[in-house]
Amino acid sequence: MKILVCISNVPDTTTKIKFANNNTQVDDAGVQWIINPWDELALTRAIELKEDSSNSFDEVCVVNVGLAKSDATLRKALAIGADKAIRIDAEPLDAYFVAGQIADYIKNNPFDIVLSGIESSDYNGSSVGGMLSEFLDCPAISSMTKLEVDNGEIIIHRAIPGGKQVLELQAPFVGIVQKGITNEPRIPAMRGIMMARKKPLEVVSPVDLKALSHIVEFELPQAKASCRMISEERLEALVDLLKSEAKVL
Amino acid sequence: MNFELTEEQEMIRDAARDFAQRELLPGVIERDENAIYPKEQVKRLGELGFLGMLVGTEYDGGGMDTVSYVLAMEEISKVDASVSVIMSVNNSLVCWGVQKYGSEAQKEEFLKPMARGDKIGAFLLSEPEAGSDATSQRTTAVDMGDHYLVNGIKNWITSGGTASTYLLIAHTHPEKKHHGINAFLIDSNLEGISVGPHENKMGMRASDTHSVMFNNVKIPKENRLGEDGQGFKIAMKSLEGGRIGIASQALGLASGAYELALQYAQERKTFGKEIIKHQAIAFKLADMAVEIEAARYFCLKAAWLKDQGKPYGQASAMAKLYAAETAMKVTTEAVQIHGGNGYVKEYHVERLMREAKLTQIYEGTSEIQKIVISRGLLA
Amino acid sequence: MSVIAFAKNWDGKFKKSTYELVSYAKDLASRLNTQTLILSIGEVEETELEKLAQYGADKIISVEDSRLNILSSRIYAEVISQVVNKEEASLVVLSDNNSGKAISPRLSVKLQAGLAAAVLDVPKSLDPFIVKKQVFSGKAFAFVQIDSDKKILTLSKNSFGIKENVVSVNIEKFSPELSDDIFKIKVRSTESAENKVILADADIVVSAGRGMKSADNWQPVEDLASALGAATACSRPVSDDGWRGHEEHVGQTGKVVAPNLYFAVGISGAIQHVAGISRSKCIVAINTDPEAPIFSVADYGVVGDAMSVLPKLTSIINSGE
Repeated sequence: MKILVCISNVPDTTTKIKFANNNTQVDDAGVQWIINPWDELALTRAIELKEDSSNSFDEVCVVNVGLAKSDATLRKALAIGADKAIRIDAEPLDAYFVAGQIADYIKNNPFDIVLSGIESSDYNGSSVGGMLSEFLDCPAISSMTKLEVDNGEIIIHRAIPGGKQVLELQAPFVGIVQKGITNEPRIPAMRGIMMARKKPLEVVSPVDLKALSHIVEFELPQAKASCRMISEERLEALVDLLKSEAKVL
Repeated sequence: MNFELTEEQEMIRDAARDFAQRELLPGVIERDENAIYPKEQVKRLGELGFLGMLVGTEYDGGGMDTVSYVLAMEEISKVDASVSVIMSVNNSLVCWGVQKYGSEAQKEEFLKPMARGDKIGAFLLSEPEAGSDATSQRTTAVDMGDHYLVNGIKNWITSGGTASTYLLIAHTHPEKKHHGINAFLIDSNLEGISVGPHENKMGMRASDTHSVMFNNVKIPKENRLGEDGQGFKIAMKSLEGGRIGIASQALGLASGAYELALQYAQERKTFGKEIIKHQAIAFKLADMAVEIEAARYFCLKAAWLKDQGKPYGQASAMAKLYAAETAMKVTTEAVQIHGGNGYVKEYHVERLMREAKLTQIYEGTSEIQKIVISRGLLA
Repeated sequence: MSVIAFAKNWDGKFKKSTYELVSYAKDLASRLNTQTLILSIGEVEETELEKLAQYGADKIISVEDSRLNILSSRIYAEVISQVVNKEEASLVVLSDNNSGKAISPRLSVKLQAGLAAAVLDVPKSLDPFIVKKQVFSGKAFAFVQIDSDKKILTLSKNSFGIKENVVSVNIEKFSPELSDDIFKIKVRSTESAENKVILADADIVVSAGRGMKSADNWQPVEDLASALGAATACSRPVSDDGWRGHEEHVGQTGKVVAPNLYFAVGISGAIQHVAGISRSKCIVAINTDPEAPIFSVADYGVVGDAMSVLPKLTSIINSGE
């Protein structure tokens, strides 16, 4: 069975975001690009499944819609253990465009399981996985917190408000991955980094597809007024302030 | 000229940074305080391939260049120099010599397990009466025909208690001075070898440093590394590369302390403003940044020369001297910027300062580096 | 032309966020001079449906199919799209919660309708249609222009508020055409924690970090949360170390929350954590370190040890009730 993991190339989560060109673009200067944290968890789980010889997963691929600046991120995915990377050579205009491009690739190169992070830490769209499942007309599992194989059957846990659900499902499907799917993302080993050189990173042309939305401008939040300090001995005053001033109790 | 790192070098640096932040930072204070050997952490260092990153892939190493090694050493040393010294000794003092001078059988038996990190190597040169002055060796390896018989004491041996493989330097023909010295590659559990108590050190307290005693230890002939009498050259050449490792470690101590100080200076307020807005602190940080950048260039230049197959002895001595002095200065200033908090273990900088001191001493003191450099000037 | 709001129910009941969504849909409809339609899927009693009329629904469309009591994004998207086409609606709004996040992307593809997720306000402009949303997990905002004729928005919680607008309403039943083969997923089991306030819904959140020193020290946190009827949460190091479950992790790579009141207890305030709480209406920080960055984002601060501050606070709250 083959797993495809969709990868977003996003600024490192510790990056202080700045904008350029009259706040119409993210200022790339000094930004370190990483695999979107949820996608990285999905990839780690996919590799774990492949490494476990008791099941039949034999190939893990990663796909990204982006320009050449994504290549470093894709090569990291190869270093972590993906077998092949595909970059669809286009600016990722919006979630619909990205999902449509990936769907087109999958229609010509089928996979059993497609994984995508529940969110990307840049535009917080939470949409690519769901859109992909609709393009492919297959089930999608949102908030997937576990993916296992039990006697040849695929068992999935998904988080529901205040609890979880255990599901049985047959491939193909799209899994939208939430934290918990694996413990920690992997650090690439030297051997993996070296082997990544020899693994294929295929650049494919995009299909003709129109985006449905675009960002016109960015804005930074306003600075907050200073914090009012209250002594530990006067916690009654804090409760009063929360009631009368902030009106939140 | 090209100052850009390759994509691969950046990936190695990032991997080292992630490893240091995620797996070395938790517990580093406790390991230092109680001198607990970082067993789990060293195992992971091996799994990730850092312990043999300079060894060729044909011997189970990472086949990485020395520039990558500098980058990884810096990141790991920012957080835990006790771990990075183990990495440095294994890579540049032990594995390097075996790869360069070892027979195929020795590489098979000794190099591969060390490159994989299954076994750790130690470098046994220093003696109570002879540190960098290698010709004053008192440890003897007498040629007994079918084996060597070794007697003597080695001091301040990093990984002395945990290493499975020793690269030992000893005199066979004292009358021939440095041409009479041999290097040996041996198992640390041979009969007659005993390990002294763990040294209670000022810094790098989690790495295990011991004296190692040899009492009529029989070493088979095939365990000699290189030709008869080549030991001095092997030791000196190993130290040339070792200096790049320690220089990078010093660089990491400096940049680690600097990063903490920079962050602290932006958060801590006195007289109504962040202390970084006081010129006294801002200028300190500017000086630190400049010296760290210079130290980094020294390290990378020495590494680059080595990777190009050019002579790097002079460059590595300069790198080690400058980076160690910078480490001492920058870590001291980082403690100063932290004020009272800097003197408390929780804030890390006092540990980095204690560790920095060692980089001015081991693998050739700063004074020894000046001897090397000045001799190089005359040559 | 109309605006459709998808009113999700939980075991036949609506939540405050549903009322906020209806209020928002009504506001949009008046700006666009059109009708507000509310779509409810699954079995919900009429008295519960009528509550939606308090917030300005012109018409409620109820799809009472018991097969639809369990949420499936695939089926729900199909039902909503049938209603959108039948009513010739141009704008669909959903709450930005688990179900909204799951349904809206599918709907976007079905309807060829541009989607703006986690919208924070009424549109900045109607033509072109531009809305404000959170990006970089709260570190910034973006104004997104939707270029398609049909449009979909998901509304962030607590970004518009509940606005009463009592109208009389007619409830219309609708039976979608659904083929059996999309009911494919087999549910083995469902577990839910009893009586626990769900983090995503909570008006008050008590969140604690490494400053608690040990997983065994959580009782004061639980006690304060139960005194306030609050949900508990934690910072990333706490969930990474397994002191608390991942579902409690708040921050850039965890959950982004927007309660009225957020207690950050023993949390230093790393940039990634702050990103996940920046939309809270009021933040109270409790920390032993007066220099902790959390105080720079908090509204109220207490310097002190959580182990002594929390029990005191809990007893004051309990004595006031």
